[in-house]
Amino acid sequence: MSDFDAIVVGAGPAGSAAALELARAGRSVCLLERGPTPGSKNMYGGVVYGRILDTLVPGWWEQMPVQRWVTRRSTMLIHDDRALTVDFRHPGWGAAPFNGATTFRPDFDAWLAGLAVDAGASLVCSTTATGLIREGGRVVGVRTDRPDGDLRAPVVIACDGVNSFLAKEAGMYPHTDAANFTVGVKETISLPREVIDERFGVRGEEGVDIEILGCTGDVPGGGFVYTNATSVAVGLVLSLPALAAGGDRPEELLRRLKAHPAIAPLVEGGEVLEYSAHVIPEAGYEMMPELVGDGILVAGDAAAMCLAAGIWLEGVNFAIGSGAAAGRAAAQCIARNDTSAAALAAYRRALESSFVLADHRKLRAAPHLVMGDLAQRGLPAVACGVMEDLFTVRNPEPKPGVRRIVRTQMRRHGVRARDAVREGLRALRAFG
Amino acid sequence: MTDSTYPEISFEARMATVEFRVDADRAHITVDDTVCRDCTTRGCITACPANLFVPTAAGGILFNYEQCFECGTCYLVCNEEGAISWTYPEGGHGVVFHRS
Repeated sequence: MSDFDAIVVGAGPAGSAAALELARAGRSVCLLERGPTPGSKNMYGGVVYGRILDTLVPGWWEQMPVQRWVTRRSTMLIHDDRALTVDFRHPGWGAAPFNGATTFRPDFDAWLAGLAVDAGASLVCSTTATGLIREGGRVVGVRTDRPDGDLRAPVVIACDGVNSFLAKEAGMYPHTDAANFTVGVKETISLPREVIDERFGVRGEEGVDIEILGCTGDVPGGGFVYTNATSVAVGLVLSLPALAAGGDRPEELLRRLKAHPAIAPLVEGGEVLEYSAHVIPEAGYEMMPELVGDGILVAGDAAAMCLAAGIWLEGVNFAIGSGAAAGRAAAQCIARNDTSAAALAAYRRALESSFVLADHRKLRAAPHLVMGDLAQRGLPAVACGVMEDLFTVRNPEPKPGVRRIVRTQMRRHGVRARDAVREGLRALRAFG
Repeated sequence: MTDSTYPEISFEARMATVEFRVDADRAHITVDDTVCRDCTTRGCITACPANLFVPTAAGGILFNYEQCFECGTCYLVCNEEGAISWTYPEGGHGVVFHRS
């Protein structure tokens, strides 16, 4: 006997998108959330890209909880106390149909879960799925920590986040390697709206997203700063094995980023409103689990759908895209009374023909490249050194010429020309 | 990276910004400290963003689950099989973010 047509575990963006599509298809769906409210366990590195919502929630920008619309996207390379920034502004991103927004995840996730509830999904919070119920090798439900908490359904969609104990229990993750993960740490710092507008050079609802390389000391990773309405978020993403190898702790590395001459003027003076941390599936396509099993689908961070490809850092949109596809595939399979792995494989095919797996497959080499030595050390050091030599006027010495500057800086920072060319070609291939 | 006099909050003040609905009845993470005694890497000590793992004078590891972000870093970096037993807290308990 089934309690529902489908059980979705986790009311993050993947789970709520799945539940929304199931409910819209007229299916009874239980959306389980272990936090007291959706999003209460979630944090992220800053921007929700809205295109995926166009078909799912037409006119989403009129109802989504937004802190600021990102109209300024900067990429910063830091070396010592220097910084080189590529700064792109597009006021058009501040008007419909918009591009990306900053938002608090507890607000955003609760909004999306609310849409699923409005469509008919049953949201059950403060309930942890403690395991799968399996019969004859197929998944037929989940156990929860409620009294008499077993829930049965012909299909379970595991959107239980990066640690996905459900996908692991189902045997869908062959192995878990710490090298595939990073940990994100973040401070949300309160500042008056006018101060943020002035410091970041924006007005009204415009916002800024700054992504940073070279700011994580001996630990491969990256940093970010972005604006909310009356707070800024500053954080780091740090390789787990390097962090575990000793040396500096996350909050010490974050302190140094906040003290950097390029960052301190942006964030100083405010009160820390909240510190947060979360693990990120960094390795993308190379670490993805099986997405489909008998009676089970995996979506969102649980399926390593986060895209950590250097110039593109996205996750919420991939979670929504994969969750919605899982919901649609599950609804069709339920209608045909066949939720075997063979039938549910329609989910994987749908992802392959969408941006979700197309982007991940195309960019499969990118996460490794971004965490490599040249991107982490060589590039920021040489780039900042070249800028310094270019723009330091050393009269009466004559100008050395660009080629000599580049060669000198590469030598100084131990970057060999053939390595740079090789990595450059790899990057061209990786970023297609 | 240069040092600066940027005023930094203490770790205790940092963690005090986070809401934790502590389950007084059950520790969702347990550490088998006898395994830790033979561990040479002890990655959990530097990697845990909540700084919950503290080495003891006796060569073991002291662990506090109450201010846990439930991120998973510790069990992912733990290279000693079975040292860390990791589950999620009971529903409704544990970390609650508001401005993340």
